[in-house]
Amino acid sequence: MNVVVCVKQIPDPADPGALNPDHTLKRDGKLILDESDSYGVEMALQLVDKAGGGEVTLVSMAPNGEVSGLRTALAMGAAKAILVSDDALAGAGALDTAKVLAAAIGRAEGTDLVLAATESSDGYTGTVPEQIAAVLDLPSITFAKSVEIADGTVKVQRQTEAGYDECESPLPAVVSVTAGVVEPRYPSFKGIMAAKSKPVDTVTVADLGIDAAIVGWAGAGQEIVDVSAAPEREAGEVIEDDGESHLKIVEFLDGLKVL
Amino acid sequence: MALSKVWVHAEVTPDGTVAPISLEILAKAREIADVVEVFTGGDGAAVAETVGAHGATKVLATGDLTGKLQGVHVAAALAAAIEAQGAPDAILAGTTYDGRDIAARLSVKLDKPVLTNNTDIEVGDGIVVSTQIFGGTQIVKTKFAAGGPAIALFRPKSFAAEESGGGAAEVVAIDVPDTGAAGAAKLLNRHVEETTGPKLDEAAIVVSGGRGLGEADKYSMIEELAKLVKGAPGASRAIVDAGWVPYSYQIGQTGKVVKPTVYIAAGISGATQHMVGMKGSKNIIAINKDPEAPIFGIADLGIVGDVHKVLPKLIEALQAR
Repeated sequence: MNVVVCVKQIPDPADPGALNPDHTLKRDGKLILDESDSYGVEMALQLVDKAGGGEVTLVSMAPNGEVSGLRTALAMGAAKAILVSDDALAGAGALDTAKVLAAAIGRAEGTDLVLAATESSDGYTGTVPEQIAAVLDLPSITFAKSVEIADGTVKVQRQTEAGYDECESPLPAVVSVTAGVVEPRYPSFKGIMAAKSKPVDTVTVADLGIDAAIVGWAGAGQEIVDVSAAPEREAGEVIEDDGESHLKIVEFLDGLKVL
Repeated sequence: MALSKVWVHAEVTPDGTVAPISLEILAKAREIADVVEVFTGGDGAAVAETVGAHGATKVLATGDLTGKLQGVHVAAALAAAIEAQGAPDAILAGTTYDGRDIAARLSVKLDKPVLTNNTDIEVGDGIVVSTQIFGGTQIVKTKFAAGGPAIALFRPKSFAAEESGGGAAEVVAIDVPDTGAAGAAKLLNRHVEETTGPKLDEAAIVVSGGRGLGEADKYSMIEELAKLVKGAPGASRAIVDAGWVPYSYQIGQTGKVVKPTVYIAAGISGATQHMVGMKGSKNIIAINKDPEAPIFGIADLGIVGDVHKVLPKLIEALQAR
């Protein structure tokens, strides 16, 4: 059972985000493993474990040869990583990102399953996993809240607006997993030490056989024309609870005639 | 300047009605295009009247897709229809589970970008969509620059649904071509989670709990308060990830968007991810023990206090009425 997990390395969401003059997200500080992706990594490790063999390969796209987030996932137990890093990718949208990740996935051999988070915490388009499946011409099940493998079939509970759908697909397939699908492990000290020497295959767009003209600003097919501050919502009254503040809430609700 | 033609996804809920988000987008579509048609992954006759009353003149329908996943099949049918009869200027859908799948598959088939999570669309010098970033503090406007059709997905409640007074739309069958290996996934069973009280995204009052509740058991206070005010209980991502409540309760960037008359945030600090889903509420009440919590920056009434003290008293006061 060989699983490829797409992971994104993002600026720490706890820090205030900022844009570069070209409207791309500032990514020049230290990048971390997107927490949403830790669920896919954990799921992959568990599936390989249950299958009794195989390995987990990470695939990521990040500027400046960034590996700090990858090291976290390697420390959790992934065997190796493929990193696509290329200046030509600045300004990439969901579609060209999917093309690049699909090509990178192609470098991992004998892949049975591709996992990804449903969406990244910074870009949150929620389309990339399905686009990867389309580029690779694979079946896909998105928004999984549980994943099981049996007899060459992946069984998934897919999140819906009203509940969930029971779905299944033959392998190989692409599955995107929601947060909370499993409890991600913390890397052990031993895992952290081992991660330092695990292989990271860093490649460019050209290495993947992709024309730089179809990625990044050149190929994204979209152009940012304006970035402006949203109208601010004014803060109202803030009071310290003196043991009677619940009455203030009742009074507020009464004023709105909603009770 | 108006577009000649747009297609809007008519998404169908498990009870067979057209999803509110599709009607919201139809209202906007009428504003920006001369001709508005819908597409649906299922029976066209079942939606023809509703979408007609909201301005659509045609329903492009795949027919029965029972047992199949929407994304790959609807996208294949749309691509084939475009091949046969030409493309509309834009294809619009909701940022929903199926909306994203259809748009994603279609974007690869047509080799056109898809822009997600939009809150507005303008037509002038090209088609420009607006997206909120950094927790809704900034708005980015992006122009489609790859030629048509523009594929755009919208957040729920971006527009107000409005009837046009039109008659039933004409149903036109579109073929679903063989999707080969890509279409091999199957949908075996649908499970609808039972809910009582108003739906989260339709309730006039939403009571939401976060990590400040301390432990899973304390969420019952949120449910009780919601019941007392005839509202719906919601949650921050933190406690959904922690497994206290199902994902369907989640409000925020990754969850539902709510715009109730009153939003009560209890023990929620106001991470940007959460604020995106609720800052459009008409009135916001926040209870949090940290006076520095960002939620106070957008609250109409902020109580700096312990939810474990304030909520029981509030529940008691409301019960006494």
